[in-house]
Amino acid sequence: MSDARRTSGARSPAGSGAAPRPAGSAAAPRPARQPEPWVRRVPWATLGAISLGGAFGALARFGITRAMPHPPGGFAWATWLINVTGCLLIGLLMVAITEAWRVHRLVRPFLGIGVLGGYTTFSTYVVDTQKALEAGAARTALAYLGGTLVAALLATYAGERLGRLVFVTWRSRREERR
Amino acid sequence: MTVLLVALGAAVGAPLRFLVDRAVQSRHDTVFPWGTLTVNAIGSTILGFLAAAPVSGPVMTLLGTGFCGALTTYSTFGYETVRLARDGATAYALLNALGSVAAGLGAAWCGMAVALALAP
Repeated sequence: MSDARRTSGARSPAGSGAAPRPAGSAAAPRPARQPEPWVRRVPWATLGAISLGGAFGALARFGITRAMPHPPGGFAWATWLINVTGCLLIGLLMVAITEAWRVHRLVRPFLGIGVLGGYTTFSTYVVDTQKALEAGAARTALAYLGGTLVAALLATYAGERLGRLVFVTWRSRREERR
Repeated sequence: MTVLLVALGAAVGAPLRFLVDRAVQSRHDTVFPWGTLTVNAIGSTILGFLAAAPVSGPVMTLLGTGFCGALTTYSTFGYETVRLARDGATAYALLNALGSVAAGLGAAWCGMAVALALAP
């Protein structure tokens, strides 16, 4: 646990650290006590983009879950697929918008926090696991619990690698040609 | 109708995740993603409660599928875990992966226990 301190640029992943801390003194001459930055400046455009994206993502999840029902105590393949593909996509997205291209400031809130955040779910994952346990399918529960975790983390890593291979290489080749 | 309930719940859950994550992350100075762990635990508690409570189909769709589904996230959890590992904080990555799963299961169990205790 060596690097326990947060480095300046490395805020939270899918963009929660989007709003930089205001420098303070220069902008505000008043000596009055300032409230927390996140309270003071409500980023309405960002919240709107996340809200809209979240609704789209959740609808996609709902559609897949409806199309692939699982019996009580069975392996929840729909949620497994949703979480694993969502992790692959966040890996691709983060490389695309942080390493390959400069994008509009609402792209990350909309696609990363909104669509993919609304698409993937942690609550259904744990509750499905407990339902399988309650149904007496302990093996299925354990396979689902570990199988989702391992596949999702591998998918995130694969998404990043694939993103670098495709987006970053493609972009640098285009720039060489100019 | 059902589709509207999912969209409505998610339209509230997703921005709330962002706000809670930001509030939590602005209150500590470590690289550990406490914000995502917090929203995932809160969402798991609520869904656990709903799963054991006698709620109707539309309420479950609105609050369970829509709100809790969008409030919690696997993609951000996966991304943060992989980023910790990539940045050399392997112990934190492992702690986040196993800790989130344990916290989520514990939280959902608590929600279910509360629902069963309140049941007439």
